[in-house]
Amino acid sequence: MFDNLSSKLEQSFRLIKGHGRITEINIAEALKNVRRALLNADVGFEIARDFTNKVKEKAIGENVLKSVHPKQQIIKIVHDELTKLMGGEQVGINTTGDPAVILVTGLQGSGKTTFSAKLAYLLKNKKNKSVMLVAGDVYRPAAIEQLKILAQQINVPVYAEDWNKNPVKISKSAISDAKLKGIDVVIIDTAGRLAIDKKMMREISNIKKAVTPQETLFVVDAMTGQDAVNTAKEFNNILNFDGVVLTKLDGDTRGGAALSVRTVVKKPIKFVGVGEKIEALDVFYPKRMADRILGMGDIVSFVEKAQEQIDEDDMRILQRRLSKNQFDFNDFLKQLRQIKKMGNIKDLVGMIPGMKKIVKDTDINEDVFKNIEAIILSMTPEERENPKIINGSRRQRIAKGSGTNMQEVNRLIKQFADTRKIMQKYSGGNKMTKAMRNKRRNKWKRRRK
Amino acid sequence: MALFGIFSKKKKEKLDKGLKKTKENVFKKLTRAVAGKSKVDDNFLDNLEEILISSDIGIDTTLKIIDRLEARVAKDKYFGINGLNKMLKDEIAGLLSENQSIENTNNWNSNNTNDPYVIMIVGVNGVGKTTTIGKLAHQFKKDGKKVYLGAADTFRAAAVEQLDIWAKRAGVPIVKQKTGADPAAVAFDTLKSAKTNNADIVIIDTAGRLHNKKHLMDELSKIKRVMKKIVPNAPHEILLILDGSTGQNAFEQAKQFTKATEVNAIAVTKLDGTAKGGVVIGISDQFKIPVKYIGIGEQIRDLQVFNKKEFVDSLFK
Ligand SMILES: Nc1nc2c(ncn2[C@@H]2O[C@H](COP(=O)(O)OP(=O)(O)OP(=O)(O)O)[C@@H](O)[C@H]2O)c(=O)[nH]1
Ligand SMILES: Nc1nc2c(ncn2[C@@H]2O[C@H](COP(=O)(O)OP(=O)(O)OP(=O)(O)O)[C@@H](O)[C@H]2O)c(=O)[nH]1
Ligand SMILES: [Mg+2]
Ligand SMILES: [Mg+2]
Repeated sequence: MFDNLSSKLEQSFRLIKGHGRITEINIAEALKNVRRALLNADVGFEIARDFTNKVKEKAIGENVLKSVHPKQQIIKIVHDELTKLMGGEQVGINTTGDPAVILVTGLQGSGKTTFSAKLAYLLKNKKNKSVMLVAGDVYRPAAIEQLKILAQQINVPVYAEDWNKNPVKISKSAISDAKLKGIDVVIIDTAGRLAIDKKMMREISNIKKAVTPQETLFVVDAMTGQDAVNTAKEFNNILNFDGVVLTKLDGDTRGGAALSVRTVVKKPIKFVGVGEKIEALDVFYPKRMADRILGMGDIVSFVEKAQEQIDEDDMRILQRRLSKNQFDFNDFLKQLRQIKKMGNIKDLVGMIPGMKKIVKDTDINEDVFKNIEAIILSMTPEERENPKIINGSRRQRIAKGSGTNMQEVNRLIKQFADTRKIMQKYSGGNKMTKAMRNKRRNKWKRRRK
Repeated sequence: MALFGIFSKKKKEKLDKGLKKTKENVFKKLTRAVAGKSKVDDNFLDNLEEILISSDIGIDTTLKIIDRLEARVAKDKYFGINGLNKMLKDEIAGLLSENQSIENTNNWNSNNTNDPYVIMIVGVNGVGKTTTIGKLAHQFKKDGKKVYLGAADTFRAAAVEQLDIWAKRAGVPIVKQKTGADPAAVAFDTLKSAKTNNADIVIIDTAGRLHNKKHLMDELSKIKRVMKKIVPNAPHEILLILDGSTGQNAFEQAKQFTKATEVNAIAVTKLDGTAKGGVVIGISDQFKIPVKYIGIGEQIRDLQVFNKKEFVDSLFK
């Protein structure tokens, strides 16, 4: 829907081509793009505005105008500020108490019941706690049944009173029961409610007063839009909750709601839901979230690294060959050697947005590259230029010549074919190429000075 | 069409109540921005931008609205806040109007074969699919239709039980299998029973799924395909449920669900809260899919036929 911030900023600074100088106007334009990226990611309107102002101040303070890489510098400021806002340290939950009580709240359908079960599973299996789930949603059809089924799957007891419509009383009785049974942690699932529903908000407030929880958690759907600000504020006013759970992050939402909630209530995000399965619960990584909101993978560090290492003219030629599907083993070898220069390959590949997923299974280790080099060097020039002709007998010869085996040769040829596909797919919007273009321009700029 | 005729007046209050909080805000800001001015200035546009974006209308659609408004103001004259407000509403309604005619889209009984009219409900997790089915079943039944429900969410814990309760509340039959059963098989069975029993309308519930999960989207296509074996034109309606509090991701939802199942109607839920569901304006504009219903509560009667004018009014009154 929206290009990533990096390429938008690129545009802002492209405007100045021909002037050889970056002006205030370009900075303003860049900041506008930052703000747009945030709004497109569903960051609250005012929050996006305040944030952009802060970046502006920093940019002026650091004198971005004079820098050689204004785009990168702005991205870096944005990124650092965002990460800072997301919260530096990971904050765990408090599970000491007799029993410790965790109250789970939020809007309808945000994922409270699922999260309650996930947390129970985590505490039971990873922290060795005895856990009890409490069915505090007496309204939604089959809510109790849902919790019971989930609890059964993870072998955790549920406290429910199917006939009772008073969640305050149910919660209190549950805790007494848990005490008797020597349970370590009690997790209370509650009904979804709107922040403007006075009666229901009074109810949750009464539950909280009755059970004095160690942790009150606010569960919010990562796809939430501008309303995240209102809702988080209201829930926090009434409950003064201790932490936030961000669900459904396995989707493709940018998740700007995370920033809104953090900024508005200043409470840590303690967990993220990343799927419907019971194990699909993760701790929160502020930096990752910042990247996600901006839509840029770890592009910042990649750009920096790539610029240091890759020869731009080579890249341009490569780009042309890729788009014409002429990429062959000679290019492959060249690339390989260049990448090797850049350092840890696994890390580097992981920095390219989208690449992480693709290469996840193909375990890259540096030794493998030695063999690959040997195999390619054992090919005839003709074979390198036209890999299609490498048939069975040629493969045998190559295997022998390189001191490897048929299996490895086959794998490389297949990998090559796959890489070619991947590279072609990425050659259109190739981040490396963009980095190259940028570097070229910077060089050009320097020359003009 | 008599169906849902009772809706508008009674339910409007509730919708208004939910929207009230932000409405006052909107009005105050806009009034302040225009007070004593005779042309649309930057200050006004800034305020308008804030209002629209804060309703989840999104940047692109907001810019479109502002462009249209400016063009209109350049052409016609406006007189004070009222004139301007009216223009603004017109322009927003304009984005919805090209494809918003409930009378025409509500063609489920123009179905001239003996087959039931089949509605398949799709959407991401927790948006209100199952609840909306309960509400629809209730309304259709009240309108004298013979309704069948199919519990094709065989994945989520207690999804079948939940729909079962709604079927009882609405007083309509349900076809179901065990959790873990093949959803396509449930849909198939439902259509078969419905057809044998001369049902008028069949509503198929499906499991919530995020649109970026290919295998789950493929599963939807399969459910859809299998139903055709019983009713060749089924599903006649693929109703995408969007949560009114969802932000810009709703675009991607509309896009991907349309790709997998050819969505031809939208329902927006949870508009009884403070969220305004503005994202549907852009979606309707871009994908030309009409918004048919809105959900305004958790009770069986809390469903309203989407009314473009009321929706836009509620944003600016
Ligand atoms: N993909 C995905 N789905 C999730 C996640 N967490 C919850 N869900 C799904 O979201 C839907 C709603 O989850 P529930 O746990 O029932 O939500 P709730 O907040 O308890 O809902 P109410 O009790 O009705 O307010 C279900 O379909 C869940 O499977 C998540 O992290 N990822
Ligand atoms: N306030 C309000 N709540 C609603 C509305 N529609 C549904 N809900 C609530 O939202 C929650 C989720 O609704 P469901 O119908 O279970 O949603 P679903 O899309 O079927 O969920 P999955 O099957 O888990 O994907 C429930 O608590 C409903 O009561 C509405 O219009 N307003
Ligand atoms: Mg629940
Ligand atoms: Mg459902």
